[in-house]
Amino acid sequence: MKDNGEKPAAPRTVPRQSWTFSNEVNAEIRRAAETGIYDIRGGGAKRRVPHFDDLLFLGASMSRYPLEGYRETCGTAVTLGTRYAQNPIELDIPITIAGMSFGSLSGPAKEALGRGASSAGTSTTTGDGGMTEEERGHSTKLVYQYLPSRYGMNPDDLRRADAIEVVVGQGAKPGGGGMLLGQKINERVANMRDLPEGVDQRSACRHPDWTGPDDLEIKILELREITGWKVPIYIKVGGARPYYDTALSVKAGADVVVLDGMQGGTAATQDVFIEHVGQPTLACIRPAVKALQDLDMHRKVQLVVSGGIRTGADVAKALALGADAVSIGTAALVALGDNDPKWEEEYQALGTTAGAYDDWHEGRDPAGISTQDPDLMARLDPIAAGRRLSNYLKVLTLECQTLARACGHNHVNNLEPEDLCALTVEAAAMAGVPLAGTSWIPGQSGY
Amino acid sequence: MQTIDLNSQTLRDLNASLQEQSDQTNQTAWEILNPKGSHAVAVGLDAPISVTVKGSTGYYCAGMNKQATVTVEGNAGPGVAENMMSGTVVIEGDASQYAGATGRGGLLVIKGNASSRCGISMKGIDIVVHGSIGHMSAFMAQKGNLVVLGDAGDALGDSLYEAQLFVRGEVKSLGADCVAKEMRPEHHELLADLLEQAGADAKPEEFRRYGSARKLYNFNVDNASSY
Repeated sequence: MKDNGEKPAAPRTVPRQSWTFSNEVNAEIRRAAETGIYDIRGGGAKRRVPHFDDLLFLGASMSRYPLEGYRETCGTAVTLGTRYAQNPIELDIPITIAGMSFGSLSGPAKEALGRGASSAGTSTTTGDGGMTEEERGHSTKLVYQYLPSRYGMNPDDLRRADAIEVVVGQGAKPGGGGMLLGQKINERVANMRDLPEGVDQRSACRHPDWTGPDDLEIKILELREITGWKVPIYIKVGGARPYYDTALSVKAGADVVVLDGMQGGTAATQDVFIEHVGQPTLACIRPAVKALQDLDMHRKVQLVVSGGIRTGADVAKALALGADAVSIGTAALVALGDNDPKWEEEYQALGTTAGAYDDWHEGRDPAGISTQDPDLMARLDPIAAGRRLSNYLKVLTLECQTLARACGHNHVNNLEPEDLCALTVEAAAMAGVPLAGTSWIPGQSGY
Repeated sequence: MQTIDLNSQTLRDLNASLQEQSDQTNQTAWEILNPKGSHAVAVGLDAPISVTVKGSTGYYCAGMNKQATVTVEGNAGPGVAENMMSGTVVIEGDASQYAGATGRGGLLVIKGNASSRCGISMKGIDIVVHGSIGHMSAFMAQKGNLVVLGDAGDALGDSLYEAQLFVRGEVKSLGADCVAKEMRPEHHELLADLLEQAGADAKPEEFRRYGSARKLYNFNVDNASSY
């Protein structure tokens, strides 16, 4: 009892937020209720999933002999498309630039990707919407994507390509089509895609003239006949059922399989799709490699892995698990200048912050990359941005070489699963390597 | 007349020979014997030549054609004249699925019937079908004209953009955002020209025109049930 006769306040529980209905979840419920439309955004999965960070290289020791870091060579060249093509793609480094469309990206951004990739000795890739002079002119090696929409598709560009990539799916949205909202369908984009200016462009999720691997085999025959059997034909699949998708791609006649995990980005699609469909990149590689091995096609049909590659360590780990090369998209955009904190004031004005900006479909990118706005586009100097990308690719390669040498390999493609261990049970199971400190591979040795 | 017999020559021989022809070639008439349902016959051509296929073809006959006139004296399998850029392709018999898919130019004439998804995602091609067409034809069709002297199956013109559809017979059902439209003088004129080019015995006034209502061009939650 207080001096004034009042009872003291009873202790209360502290406010407790719901794990299920977190502030973020509730904000999304309110946004959906207000607008009546699902959230659309760019990029790949943002949720935490088992990834290359959960693996470690063992390095050389008593049983392995390391290579001298600056004196002994460690090769990085890789050839893609050796199965049928007369002119396989020879790359200086095992890191390619993934397909990203003109339309979702600006012309200067596509030019910068071409400049950076060419300078580093690797290939870049078109996207939905066709081939532009910016990217053909500045890309020593250009892979031409053959997509369900066939926007901008024509046999002349097909023959100007150094390889053709038949896109069946992508990691951000296996089973989904694309979209490019009206804000970005300006006159040039509309003309290239044979669409009215300003419409919300939908890209189909299935190809219009084939439906399964038996049909695709015939489609690939047609593409080879039109291009004289000269260039490699890739098949790109999202990380859905990697064993069967890879096996069926081989059956359909692919020279190269491109496998994109759920961290792989998109220009724009539903957030629910990005976060809830597909498998993490780490979980996709070993089943795909197993399919190739079962068919005696490992290293004969090359495997390119993408989705969340950021560092030379990621590159090295993907190669160690059996990939022949990797592909980067989001990281390449960051290297060009995407989400750079120097634009923080403008990101804040858009209701976001540097590092989190993903409304690429709205066409208001402060960095001038995912936009068709002439003033914003002019912010990106394609020469300087290309140089940044080239630098970044070279750093990835140097990092990858460093790790390969430490494991005793004179070529990065000689890395192998035995060079790795895993930090978590999940990663050990997915990557098929032992849990650190044990000889246990979940699902393979013991329980 | 140049003759290629697929009983004794390979598909590669055939396509390489046809693809070698240029604008100035004097080998302008070609005949292909014994196609026997082969796939990818006469694909990727780019010269003002005339190719007659003496029999039926498999998938993707005359795919991505430019300039050439390809005539199939038989039936055509799926994806005939897919992504055609220019020129003329004539099928004397019936055509399977996806005829003229994503075609960007030229004229495709099917003297028999065409199966489902005829003109899917067409981007500027003109297609004239003397008979009837199957379901989901002109799905997401963007540009060009589809003329059907017979009937059309279910969901004609679903999610249509700016392609124009002309049907003389019955339409089983229209797809999302596809509506009947007025036939104005310019449509009669256009149709008369296409019918003449296709050798079709029909009068423009016998046709009805269908096109996009343009209600789904930009997302509106009130139209969500239409998607």
